[in-house]
Amino acid sequence: MFYREAGQFKTTYASDMAVFPILQDRIGLACILLIGFVGIPLLSGTFFLQTVMIPFLVFSLAAIGLNILTGYTGLLSLGSGAFMGVGAYACYKLTTIYPDVNIVIWILASGFFAAGIGVVFGLPSLRIKGFYLIVATLAAQFFLQWSFVRIPWLYNYNASGAIEVPQRLLAGIPLTGANATPVTRYLVLLAIVTFLTWIASNLVHGRIGRSWMAVRDMDIAAELMGIRLLPAKLLAFAVSSFYCGVAGACMMFLWYGGGEANDAFNINQSFIILFMVIIGGLGSLIGSFLGAAFISVLPTALKFGLPALGIAIPGTVAEHATYILLGALIIFFLIVEPHGLARLWQIGKQKLRMWPFPY
Amino acid sequence: MDLLYSIFADPFVQMAGAPDLLVQTVWEGFVGGILYALIALGFVLIFKASGVFNFAQGIMVVFAALTLVGLYEKGVPAFLALALTIGVMFVIAAAVERVVLRPLVNQPDIILFMATFGLTYLLIGLGEAIFGGNPKVMIAEQLYLPKGAFDINMLGGVVTLQKIDIAAAVIALAMIACLSIFFQYTRIGRALRAVADSHKAALSVGISLNQIWVIVWFLAGVVALITGIMWGARSDVSFALQTVALKALPVLVLGGFTSIPGAVVGGLIIGIGEKIGEFYWGPLVGGATESWLAYCIALVFLMFRPQGLFGERIIERI
Repeated sequence: MFYREAGQFKTTYASDMAVFPILQDRIGLACILLIGFVGIPLLSGTFFLQTVMIPFLVFSLAAIGLNILTGYTGLLSLGSGAFMGVGAYACYKLTTIYPDVNIVIWILASGFFAAGIGVVFGLPSLRIKGFYLIVATLAAQFFLQWSFVRIPWLYNYNASGAIEVPQRLLAGIPLTGANATPVTRYLVLLAIVTFLTWIASNLVHGRIGRSWMAVRDMDIAAELMGIRLLPAKLLAFAVSSFYCGVAGACMMFLWYGGGEANDAFNINQSFIILFMVIIGGLGSLIGSFLGAAFISVLPTALKFGLPALGIAIPGTVAEHATYILLGALIIFFLIVEPHGLARLWQIGKQKLRMWPFPY
Repeated sequence: MDLLYSIFADPFVQMAGAPDLLVQTVWEGFVGGILYALIALGFVLIFKASGVFNFAQGIMVVFAALTLVGLYEKGVPAFLALALTIGVMFVIAAAVERVVLRPLVNQPDIILFMATFGLTYLLIGLGEAIFGGNPKVMIAEQLYLPKGAFDINMLGGVVTLQKIDIAAAVIALAMIACLSIFFQYTRIGRALRAVADSHKAALSVGISLNQIWVIVWFLAGVVALITGIMWGARSDVSFALQTVALKALPVLVLGGFTSIPGAVVGGLIIGIGEKIGEFYWGPLVGGATESWLAYCIALVFLMFRPQGLFGERIIERI
């Protein structure tokens, strides 16, 4: 009834090809951004920001990165956790070597280091396909994880062997380190995520994205149509690793505030991000957000939501229950909607257009 | 020059200087490789029959071993516990077929792959909830598995062979032989091969896909149980085994997804290569190379044969 495009005529080619062709969508997006930038910081407490919103945004960014590789280009990867680690360590080294440069610049710049490493490990993708490619990316995952521990230069020879995030200011307000408030960190993170999502949206809707999708659908056919496979695939690896790297830097600097590689960037992290992409929907940016919301918020919701409802369960049981529920939900969602939450979202929008009529 | 020497010459000098150490290293690699091969075998069985890349094989190993030990700790006699565990694996196979595979028939490979991920999480949660997360000791003695070690004097040194390793190798080889015979000469085995060849053709001659899937998941479950017993007897039964199970992936791609001999050969190459690499070249880069060396070995092989050593040739049509 309210969500109907009647009367909105497209008079130019550009408006016909717009990402959000319907006025209501644009209003909705503006509302979401307004809530994100103004509503949530004003209304929610630090606990909510720290345990729900910041993890959600970090994982969304990583999920977008993996979605570019797996969803848009069709290359399976289980190395996203390690590429996140590359970003985090690059950012750490950069900010300790050049402490005067703004930390936000270094967070974004660290993505380029991850992209470089990603290209190196993406080289086999020209010859190796499908599940076989997983092994190439697993080699990246385990080799990089090993390097994080074995090369002390990366963590500045700290006794703890971990990243110790120093305090950095943004316009005079502490952004990283122990004194940074969740609100500042959240706002900066949200700005980064919004900016990079906008870039990603433009990438996947443009020539580059189309060539990626052609490669995904059938790479030999794409080659015959004149898409050069090696640059297309390597670019996908580079962009994907860039996003993962920035997500990793954000994770270390804006969420964890320091930590060890084996905990933060292990193989489980790669799996979890792959989950998000599949549950959210392959080849869909909104799906990355939905998947990240689902997977990163679910354990927190179970941990704090059930006791709030009056179901008291001890911590260990809750952890097991989380695993069981997560597994069951993954299977359930795959059976109900193999194309992910993004497809459910599409169906929901379609239903809303028709409402209150069934057809 | 020093570096080149320590990479290309020194390890071989060491090998020639202490052949008994080399034999010991190769033997340990061999046993490790057999166990990788066993895990990979479970993958191959399921992949051949249903085209599902079963990520849950690793956790099935852990789950089977945990069930066995858990039942024994509850006071069930060892061999009864073994039988009960086999029963549990059958129940899991039937449940997986009914709840996961049947509704997901004809979905893309990656969706099925993800479903087995879900299964992995489910089994981890269940296993920890029922049996607790602490490492357990495998009931090797009660199952009459040998203990202790042989010392063999050879090549001017002593090579120590753990009896349990020998038993593991023998049992594994016997099982692989049994499986080959089963596939080659029995009615069900023929049906399994028919399904592996073509689902549609198998359906058209009256083979029930659903039954075949239950059988093959059950077989994979039994293989998992045996792997779990062997592995558990060497170290202990814990969820850490699950990471080890990831090593089956390079083994798998090395041998090819569809080949049982490939799984064995791949397992041995990875097992021995990884041990030798770690022992002779590992110290050069600071050790603990075992975590990634297997994947790099597989990667090098893949660059030359993208379908694995024994895999079917990948033919792409437009």
